Amino acid sequence: MSEPDDIAAGHAALVRVVRDEGRRVLATLIRTVGDWQVAEDAVADAVERALATWPRTGVPEQPRAWLIVTAKRCAVDLLRREHRRAEKEASAMELLPPPGDRDVDTIDDDLLRLVFTCCHPAIEPAAQVALALRTLCGLGTEEVARALLVGEATMSKRITRAKQKIARAAIPYRVPDAHELPDRLLGVAATVYFLFNEGYSATSGDAPLRGELAEEAVRLARLVHDLLPDEPTAMGLLALLLLQHSRRDARVDAGGRPVLLADQDRTRWDRAQIVEAVALVGRGLRRCPDRPDPYLTQAAIAACHALAPNAGATDWDAIVSWYDVLLTVRDGPVERLNRAVAIGERDGPGAGLEAVDAVEGLDHYAPWLASRAVLLARLGRADDADDAFDRAISAEANAARREDLRRRRRRARDVGDVAPT
Amino acid sequence: MTMYAALIYAADVDWSAPEHADELAEYGEFGQGAAAVIRGGAALYPTSTATTVRVAGGKGGDVVTGDGPYAETKEVLTGFYLLECSDLDEAVATAARIPAAWHGAVEVRPVIPM
Repeated sequence: MSEPDDIAAGHAALVRVVRDEGRRVLATLIRTVGDWQVAEDAVADAVERALATWPRTGVPEQPRAWLIVTAKRCAVDLLRREHRRAEKEASAMELLPPPGDRDVDTIDDDLLRLVFTCCHPAIEPAAQVALALRTLCGLGTEEVARALLVGEATMSKRITRAKQKIARAAIPYRVPDAHELPDRLLGVAATVYFLFNEGYSATSGDAPLRGELAEEAVRLARLVHDLLPDEPTAMGLLALLLLQHSRRDARVDAGGRPVLLADQDRTRWDRAQIVEAVALVGRGLRRCPDRPDPYLTQAAIAACHALAPNAGATDWDAIVSWYDVLLTVRDGPVERLNRAVAIGERDGPGAGLEAVDAVEGLDHYAPWLASRAVLLARLGRADDADDAFDRAISAEANAARREDLRRRRRRARDVGDVAPT
Repeated sequence: MTMYAALIYAADVDWSAPEHADELAEYGEFGQGAAAVIRGGAALYPTSTATTVRVAGGKGGDVVTGDGPYAETKEVLTGFYLLECSDLDEAVATAARIPAAWHGAVEVRPVIPM
């Protein structure tokens, strides 16, 4: 590596450290300053100063402490400049770090507070996701807009409105009490899971950036689990995301086309993530034997797939049983459909079709139509299968998945049989 | 501390009529229980007693009055409380104890300090 490359690589590493630390420092600044905008501006200033001075002076021994102190000074300056009122001045003075400041040690608590504030039920769901990306993942407004496929002006307004509501309605910056925690944790989990799916199923928009959403969601799930290590929902969410994420390299082919679970090259699954997730599922389920957490249950199903050495060795009996458990804690048509598909794998296409047809309310849902088509083809009912594929294709909004259905329809016509979903 | 208005949306009826005495008593209970955070409030007569006032053509123009707010919804503003709470979670927990929360709906809005 040549010298300029070394410097460039060194600089890139420095930028990463500064950004990473800055993101963590923001949570503390929001708590001490109480004003999101001022806190964000102050951290941005501090990050800028670090990037300007650290290459000359070297990285300080405690970069995080340096950033916190600098950001607080920037916040005081900002408050002085923007509000010259005596009252604000007094509150600005209190921001100066007292001797023996413990902020560096409380950073995890601050991050957790930030997670719960971003996912407060009084904030509209779309804004929760945007706020989480903006403040917890450190994405710029423009990046958030591109990632969530919304115009930048709309996104900017949405984030501003949410921040104003937090300030004006005094949405608290705290971790909910123990009795509220299960409900509120479900809200956090839903936001993180939404974020993951946005990234995971991304086939439109800026693909690399949307792929990053899945990474960020895994990071958030890990953060929530680190902070609440004994909560089954936190364990289940992290395990579920790790298991789905472990297949990221195998789930599309070189041409970017989706590859069915059964056809995936399992050597390309991320073993380390699978091992970690399976351990989480085991530990989590022991914590809630009477009423398994829905995320843990879904993770248990994903673990059955992850542990099968090949598609033929999948333990469909166990998967159907886990779906039975899931239906006791989260009963919805999509969950019923997935169970019906598993029955088709366990008991054959005839039983599968019967089970799929018994699921009501999904007449226009592309995966339901596709499941029927696949089962009809396996039963050798070629004409019915062809009709069903046509209906599934016209209901599917995603271009890549539509193309996949067309391929499967061709295969069904050619061989009179198709691989299961 | 933040001041919130808990705006009560409920059936457009005469809450002072004897047949609503039981429901009014529920409000009395709430008032006693939440006395620590209640800073004011009022119950309103039905919209049939309301008068809408507008000044046409800007300040100093003609005063135009009309009857009622022409409510077309089932639930209308029938009263409010002023609550002083430490944060939104406390305000929401308090509002959830107002009888209208299960008979109708309660809207919690922060009050602009003047």
